[in-house]
Amino acid sequence: MKALVYINTNHFAAKASFEAVTYAKKLGGEVTVVAYGKAAGAEALGAYGANKVLVDSSINDADNQQITRLVASAVEATGAEVVIFSHDLVAKAVAPRLSVRLKAGLVSGAIALPETGNGFTCKVNVFSGKAFGNVAVKTAVKIISLLPNSIQPENVGGTATVEAFNGNVGAAAIKVMDTKKPEGSIPLPEADLVVSAGRGLKGPENWGIVEDLANVLGAATACSRPVADIGWRPHHEHVGQTGVAIRPNLYIAAGISGAIQHLAGVNGSKVIVVINSDSEAPFFKAADYGIVGDAFEVLPKLTEALKNFKNAN
Amino acid sequence: MNILVCISKSPDTTSKIAFTDGNTKFDENGVQYIVNPYDEWYALVRALELKETIGGNVTIITVGNAADESIIRKALAIGADNAVRIDAEPTDAFFVASQIAEYAKKNNFDLVLTGKETINYNGSQVAGMIAEFLDVPFASQASKLDVNGTTLTLEQEIVGGLQIVEVSTPAVVSCAKGMAEQRIPNMRGIMAARTKPLEVIAPSAVDVYTSFESYSLPDAKKACKMIDPSNMAELVDLLHNEAKVI
Repeated sequence: MKALVYINTNHFAAKASFEAVTYAKKLGGEVTVVAYGKAAGAEALGAYGANKVLVDSSINDADNQQITRLVASAVEATGAEVVIFSHDLVAKAVAPRLSVRLKAGLVSGAIALPETGNGFTCKVNVFSGKAFGNVAVKTAVKIISLLPNSIQPENVGGTATVEAFNGNVGAAAIKVMDTKKPEGSIPLPEADLVVSAGRGLKGPENWGIVEDLANVLGAATACSRPVADIGWRPHHEHVGQTGVAIRPNLYIAAGISGAIQHLAGVNGSKVIVVINSDSEAPFFKAADYGIVGDAFEVLPKLTEALKNFKNAN
Repeated sequence: MNILVCISKSPDTTSKIAFTDGNTKFDENGVQYIVNPYDEWYALVRALELKETIGGNVTIITVGNAADESIIRKALAIGADNAVRIDAEPTDAFFVASQIAEYAKKNNFDLVLTGKETINYNGSQVAGMIAEFLDVPFASQASKLDVNGTTLTLEQEIVGGLQIVEVSTPAVVSCAKGMAEQRIPNMRGIMAARTKPLEVIAPSAVDVYTSFESYSLPDAKKACKMIDPSNMAELVDLLHNEAKVI
C-alpha cells in the first residue's frame, strides 16, 4: 500500500519518526514523507525506507488546521492509501481533522501493523491500556496514528530524494504567544528507559538519587501525580491516567504505591521494576521485578551496580 | 458566551474490564458508568466557571441511549443549564463527532469543549473531528482557558513543555488536567437537575468509517520476581540477560 508519513518539523532524526517510516515501509508500497519548515537532514529518512520527502519550507510554525491542509495536499499529490502519524500531541490534533477532511477512517493509537488478509484491521490500546481492540477501517484511505515504542525502527540503507512542496496551508488561526520548553531532556513518550519516583522520596531535594540512576542508564525521569501536584517535579514528568501515558522498554518506579490511575499510564511498559518499602504496595502485582526496601538505600546501590555493569561491558 | 460541552460515559476507573459475545462486546455486567472524568472535571467545570464570570449558557450534549440519562442528570446537577441527547449507540468517534457537529452548526456556539480523551477508548478524536466539521480552530489538550471578548487565551501541552496561545471564537477546545477542579453536586443542584430541559434528537445517517471488531486482554502477568535489596548486581544481571532491556 502506498503510504504517506507526516513528520513533525525538525524531527527527521527522532526515533518516533524512524518508527513511523519503518511502519510505512512494511506496508509494502512507495513511502513518501511530508513535513514543513527546514529540509535539512530530511534525506536521512531514506535509511528507514522513505523514497521521497516533501517539505513545505514556506512556514516555520503551523497550527493543526494548516498541518491538516498540508497533509491533505500531499495525499492528493501522491495518491497515498494510508497516512501515518506518530501518536503525539500534534497527531492527536491533526489526525482527527484529516479524517473528516479526507473521509478516511482513523485508527488512533495503533500498536501493530494492520491485518490485511480480510479487510483492514489494526490493533489498538483501549481502556487505558487494560485491554486491546481490533479496529476495522472501512474507507478507501486509512489514517493510522502509531503509538511510540510499538515497532522497532529498521535501517534498510538508502537515501530519500527531498523535494520542495507547496501544501497550500493558508493562514494560521492559532497565535503562539509563548513557549516554555526545557532543552536537552529526553521526551518522555519516546524514552526507552524511564526512572520514576513518587512521594516515597519525601521531598524534591532528594531527587538527586533518581537523576543519578537516570544518568547512568541514559533514561528519562518521570514522577507520580501527587509529586507533580505538590510541585516537587514539573507537570510534564507526570505519568499516569491524567498525565502522560508511556510504554518504554524499562520502567523503574521508586516510592510509588501503584494506584490504578498510575498503572493506566505505565502498564504498556515491557519490563517494570518496583522499589517500595511496603511489601503490600499494589504496584508489586504489576511488576516484573520487585525490591522491598528503602529507596534511599536501594537507588544508590542500583546506580553503583549499573556503573560496574557499564564499565565491564 | 454560549458554550457546548460534549460529555461521554465511561466505566468507573476501578471497573473490571471483560468482554462477551466471543470478545466482540464490552461486558457491562456490574459496571458502573460515570461521566468521563476529563469531560466532567475539566470541560464542564471550566464552562460553568466562565458562565459565572462572564455570563452565558452551558449546554451539554451526549450521544447515547436512554440508559445514559443518569450521566446527563449528573452533569445538569453540577450546573449545566440544559442537555441534548442524540438518541443512538455511539459506535465510533466519527459517528459521535458527526452528530454533535450537526447540532453545533445549527445552534451557533462560541465555544465547544470536550475532555482530552475518554478513559475507555482513549482516542482523542472527537474534538478535532468536530473542529474540522465546523471549520474552526482547535486548541487541543489545554490546561488553562481564559476569555477576553472573542479572544481565548490558552495554555496548551506540547511535547515536553507548554505553550501559551491565542485564538478567536468560535473554537473547539479539548481540556486536560489543570483546567479546573472537580465539583461535587449539592442537593439543590440535584433537585434542579430533574426539571432542567433535556432534548432528545434522532441521529442522522452517516457512513461507517471504523468499527471495533473484537477485543482481547493482555496476557496474565507472571509473578513478580523479588530481589534482595542488598543484591542490586543480581537485578542488573536479570535486566541484561533475562529481560534484555539494558
